[in-house]
Amino acid sequence: MTDNRFFNRSELIGILVLAVFLVAVLPLTLDVFRLNLVAKYLTYAFVALGLVICWGYGGILSLGQGVFFGLGGYCMAMFLKLEASSVENTKIQSTPGIPDFMDWNQLTALPFFWKPFHSLTFTVAAIVLVPGIFALIIGTAMFKRRVGGTYFAIITQAVAAILTILIVGQQGYTGGINGMTDLRTLKGWDIRPDHAKIALYFFEVGCLFVCIMIAQFVRHSKLGRILVAMREKEDRVRFSGYSVANFKIFAFCIAAVFAAVGGAMFALNVGFMSPSFVGIVPSIEMVIYTAVGGRLSILGAIYGTLLVNFAKTSLSETFPELWLFGLGGLFIAVVLAFPNGLAGIWGDYVQPRIERLIASRKPKPEGWTDGSVADGAPAE
Amino acid sequence: MFGDYSLGDLGSIFVMQGFAGLILFSVYVLMALGLAIIFGQMGVINMAHGEFMILGAYVTWMTSNLFQAYMPGLFGGYFFLAMILAFLASGALGMLVEWVLIRHLYKRPLDTLLATWGLSLMLQQAYRSVFGAREVGVELPQWMLGSLQVTSSIEVPINGVFVMCLTVLITIVVAYVMFKSRWGRQVRAVVQNRIMAGAVGINTEKVDRYTFGLGCGIAGVAGSAFTMIGSTGPTSGQLYIVDTFLVVVFGGAASLLGTIASAFSISQTQSTLEFFMSGSMAKVLTLLAVVGILMLRPQGLFALKVRK
Repeated sequence: MTDNRFFNRSELIGILVLAVFLVAVLPLTLDVFRLNLVAKYLTYAFVALGLVICWGYGGILSLGQGVFFGLGGYCMAMFLKLEASSVENTKIQSTPGIPDFMDWNQLTALPFFWKPFHSLTFTVAAIVLVPGIFALIIGTAMFKRRVGGTYFAIITQAVAAILTILIVGQQGYTGGINGMTDLRTLKGWDIRPDHAKIALYFFEVGCLFVCIMIAQFVRHSKLGRILVAMREKEDRVRFSGYSVANFKIFAFCIAAVFAAVGGAMFALNVGFMSPSFVGIVPSIEMVIYTAVGGRLSILGAIYGTLLVNFAKTSLSETFPELWLFGLGGLFIAVVLAFPNGLAGIWGDYVQPRIERLIASRKPKPEGWTDGSVADGAPAE
Repeated sequence: MFGDYSLGDLGSIFVMQGFAGLILFSVYVLMALGLAIIFGQMGVINMAHGEFMILGAYVTWMTSNLFQAYMPGLFGGYFFLAMILAFLASGALGMLVEWVLIRHLYKRPLDTLLATWGLSLMLQQAYRSVFGAREVGVELPQWMLGSLQVTSSIEVPINGVFVMCLTVLITIVVAYVMFKSRWGRQVRAVVQNRIMAGAVGINTEKVDRYTFGLGCGIAGVAGSAFTMIGSTGPTSGQLYIVDTFLVVVFGGAASLLGTIASAFSISQTQSTLEFFMSGSMAKVLTLLAVVGILMLRPQGLFALKVRK
């Protein structure tokens, strides 16, 4: 078995299968509209990936991931919106050169916090730093005081509620309930036609694999093992001399940054950003994707996100009445019967069968009988 | 800001805003009481609490329609029957949910959150299928309409006064049940030490089921009272659930007194701020203050000293 810093052999196979699926199978079989839908679903996969580290490994359930998704998305959308609101595009407004919703709300100048978003470099930095620092503040305040578990969940949920109300209320600065719509170009490159959508899809998949690699690295490092130890017996880790709070803050921050990258991808791929992706309901749905995929499995979270969203789209198209029953039932079933989600089902039921099947096909070396030698160790 | 108002006007404004705050306070207390029992005492995060409340509201609405159709003479008193029915309906549903779902999850509090969220989605869809997506309003009996003229510039709506009296009454009943009755002692014993409580002969499963039922029943009553001041839709419950959790956490999860104190301070802050700025900013500032204080004092206002 290869002992790599990133993955072992079976994980490598899993990642390659996912790569083939996302890079070759989906683009070859789906039309651009459906591929764009997949791109939209994959933006949630970033959040689910962060939740695997934060919730699955660290045991910290955050119900406010929509906040970070939204912060990343809004940073990106602000840049795109500014580019779309150039003076010649907006010359019918009473104040040309500012986004349309500001004009509708009688703003006459660009607010100060919008100005740096003229720069793409600043925007990219902000997508990572704004949510990261925000998570750092929340995490430091909470974990240093040993607030955890249910309390943390409720407070992050409150933060999600606050940010939604704020965005909806401050229409002139944020676009209100409609969000930022009509995003057009990225540095002069139109993001709306089909070929741009395909290119953005591949860019997103690339980013996703970078995040997967980071997650794998964290998981196989000592850090990942401390996170698991912390989840299982926090006091023992503390008594062993580790600063539990710092590890938790790290896990929470990395989840926040992943979510923010997802949000930025959302603004690029879908072409708008609105508060309906920030609040409590989307935040909990993102947790559900992770739960369905398997909270302990990095790849499971991605499959879970895709599966739930596919089901959501197809079911709500055909049976809008049944969809919420299905989704609700799914949550309950996953929690009660399959706490480790799809990955758990795979690991417990499917994988052993496949391995048995492969093992029975292989011709056995002479003199070996089943079970006489443990795991390929040489007989003495 | 104050220049346009005389001192007397300002006084009246504060009294009336304060009264609006008191109505909000009543709704918070009614919702938070049930949650304080379920979350504070049992440690179950019941995200479907709002939906239990809405069930109570729909029961009240159906009762009022029944009275209107068959017993118009008794319409003035329908509310008292509706409240009892709401309590029974929500309580029964709560006990069923506890039996089917919650009792498997006592050792995994975070998972109760996910499961009850799923439950809340199903209940919302059920309400939408049965009662329709549109919000329904209850017709108030004649004696609840209108307002009391306290002074020449201050008037308070009667239905608000009624809801407040109801809140006080229910709070006293709950406090009595939890702290004075034999059953309340059993509940607290089970919460403090499940194994020992079982060892001295308390049927812990039965206590759990009735406690959860009681919490949900109170939510039903809250929904019933809620119809007096607002209309009810399938997703109305969700609007209040985060506020309610904050009220309970802010008060200190295991303390009924803390719940009431925090409901009072949150609702008063919010309604006073609402006068000076837009409703959304008032809400943002209130919630921010609550979250900020919780970060400084995570155990809430009134914390019981317990060893973990």
